[in-house]
Amino acid sequence: MREDPLRVHGLVGRRQFLRAGMTGLLVISLPRWAVARPSLDEAIRTFTGGADVLDGRVRLDLPPLVENGNAVGITVAAESPMTADDHVRRIAVFNEKNPEANVAVFRLGPRSGRATVSTRIRLATSQVVVAVAEMSDGSFWSSRASAIVTLAACIEDLS
Amino acid sequence: MARALVNVPKAARQGEVVEIRAMIAHPMETGYRVGPNGINIPRDIIRRFACTYNGEEVFSADLFPAVSANPFIAFTLVATTSGTIDFTWTDDAGKTQTASAEITVG
Amino acid sequence: MRALWGLVGIIAAVVCSMAIAAGIEGSAKRSGFDFMTPETQALQADDMSNPGMLWVLQGEQLWQQSEGRADVACAGCHGDASQTMRGVATRYPAFDEATGRPIDLAGRINSCRGERQQAEPLTPESDALLALTAYVTHQSRGMPITPAIDARLAPFRDNGRRLFQSRIGQLDLSCASCHDDNWGKRLGGSVMPQAHPTGYPLYRLEWQTVGSLQRRLRNCMIGVRAEPFAFGAPELVDLELHLMERARGLRVETPAVRP
Ligand code: HEC
Ligand code: HEC
Repeated sequence: MREDPLRVHGLVGRRQFLRAGMTGLLVISLPRWAVARPSLDEAIRTFTGGADVLDGRVRLDLPPLVENGNAVGITVAAESPMTADDHVRRIAVFNEKNPEANVAVFRLGPRSGRATVSTRIRLATSQVVVAVAEMSDGSFWSSRASAIVTLAACIEDLS
Repeated sequence: MARALVNVPKAARQGEVVEIRAMIAHPMETGYRVGPNGINIPRDIIRRFACTYNGEEVFSADLFPAVSANPFIAFTLVATTSGTIDFTWTDDAGKTQTASAEITVG
Repeated sequence: MRALWGLVGIIAAVVCSMAIAAGIEGSAKRSGFDFMTPETQALQADDMSNPGMLWVLQGEQLWQQSEGRADVACAGCHGDASQTMRGVATRYPAFDEATGRPIDLAGRINSCRGERQQAEPLTPESDALLALTAYVTHQSRGMPITPAIDARLAPFRDNGRRLFQSRIGQLDLSCASCHDDNWGKRLGGSVMPQAHPTGYPLYRLEWQTVGSLQRRLRNCMIGVRAEPFAFGAPELVDLELHLMERARGLRVETPAVRP
C-alpha cells in the first residue's frame, strides 16, 4: 500500500529517524549518525588544517525560512580581486546537523573572475550553515547563517 | 543519454565575467535512507564536478550527500578566448557524464 | 508523524468552519504557485534552475527516438511537437473510444506506444513516461485549461466531483474540506493550496524528483490515512476530470515545482 517506502524527508527516513530516536533514548537520545559525525568546528578545522578562521570577507545567503529541506538554494560570495596574486582558492560549505558535516568544496582561481558560487543543499532539520573561503595568501574567512526548516504535509509515508 | 542542462552565454567580450550554470539528473542517494526491507539504500552520489575551458580546468567541486538531488551549480568564468567549455560529473563508481558548450569571445 | 499532528489540528479547524463546499469561482482561483515561498517560485520560474526541465529535455530526446516493432518515433507520425502537441494537454483527460472511458494524457501516450509503435507500455511513474508526458504538456505551457465539452465525459466528471466531496480515511476528511473550504490556511509547515492540477508532471521537492498528478493525489489520500487508489485506477482519472473543470481558465505551468 505504501507506494514509496524510500520516501524520506531530507537525509534520513522518518521511520529510521523515529526508530533511531527511540532506541537512542536508552543510550544518549540522539540518532546514531548524530553521535558519529564530527562537530561543525571539527569539520572546519579539518578543512583549514587548524589555521585561524576570521570573520568577514564572505557572504552566505540562505533563506531564513525553508519550505522543504530537500532543496535549499545557497549563494556564497567572497570579497576578492580574483587576480593571479590575490584570489580565492577554495570555498567550503558545512552544516551543523546533517549526518555529515561537509556539504561541498569548490575550487576557484583567477580565471573565475568573481568568487561567487551557488548551489542547492539538503538540510535535515533547522540548523546553522557555515561557508569558509581560503584565500591565496593562506588565510581563511567565514560567514554563518541559520535556517528554519518546516516539514511538508501530505507525504507518502506517515509512519 | 546524459540528462544535463548547461547554460553558457553564446558570446562574450574578452575579459567579461560570465555566469555558468550546470544541472544534471541524478538522485544523489545519500546512503542514509532505509529501503522497504529495512536495509540501507547504498550511497550513490555525484562526488566531483569539473569544468574545463579549452581543455584547462578552471573550476571544480567536491560534492557530499548534503547536495540536493539533481545537483545544480552556478559559478563565474572570465571569457578569454573562443572555444569549448566542457563539464564532467563523476559518480561514486567513477562513471562520468559530460556536457559541453561553445562560447565566442570577441 | 509531525504531519499527522498537523492533520489532527485541521480536523478541529474543519469541524469549526461551517463553510459549504461550493468550489472556487473566477478571480478567487489561484494556482499552487501563488502559495509558495519566493524561493520556490524562483526555482520554477527560471528554466535553467527548474529541475523539471531535465525531464522535459529527456522527453524531447524520447520524442525523436524510434521504438517498438513498428520502429517509428513519436516524431515520425506527429512531427514537430511544438506545432502538433500545442494545446493538447489543456483538454485532457479526453474520451477514449476504444475503452469507452476517459483517458489521461499519460494513458494516451502509452496507447500510442502500444498500438502505433508496438512497444511495451511504459510503467506509471517511470522516468520515460513522466518525461514524455512532461514534454507533451510543456507544449501547452501558458495556455488556459479548457476541458473538452463532451457529453460522454459527464458521468465520469460527476463521479470525480462526488469523490472530491466524500469523506475518506481515518481522519474522515474530504478533498473539499481542505481544498475548497480551508485553502490558504496553514497545515503544519505548508499552506493548503486550492488543488489545481496546473503543473503536472511536476518536480516536488519532497519527492526529489518529477511525479504525476496521480502520485500527488495518492499522497493526499495517504495524508488522511485512506487507502489510496492504485496508479491507473479509473477513479483517479475521474478525479482529474473534476480537478481540470475546477481549474478551468488557469494556465498550464508544466513542469511546475512544488514543495
Ligand atoms: C504510427 C503513428 C503514431 C506514432 C508512432 C505515435 N502516434 Fe500518437 N497518435 C497517432 C494518431 C493517428 C493519433 C490520433 C488518433 C488516435 O486517437 O489514436 C495519435 C494521438 C496522440 C495523442 C493525442 C492527441 C490529441 O489531440 O488528443 C498524443 C498526446 C500522442 N498521440 C502522443 C504520442 C507520443 C508521445 C508518441 C510516442 C511515444 C506517439 N504519439 C506515437 C499516431 C501515432
Ligand atoms: C488534510 C487536508 C487535505 C486533504 C483532505 C486533501 N489535501 Fe490535497 N493538499 C493538501 C496540502 C497541504 C497540499 C500542499 C502540499 C504540501 O505542500 O504538502 C495539497 C496538495 C494537493 C494538490 C497539489 C496542488 C498543486 O499545486 O500541485 C492536489 C492536486 C491535491 N492536493 C488534491 C487533493 C485531492 C484530490 C484530495 C482528496 C482525495 C486531497 N487533495 C485531500 C491538503 C489536503
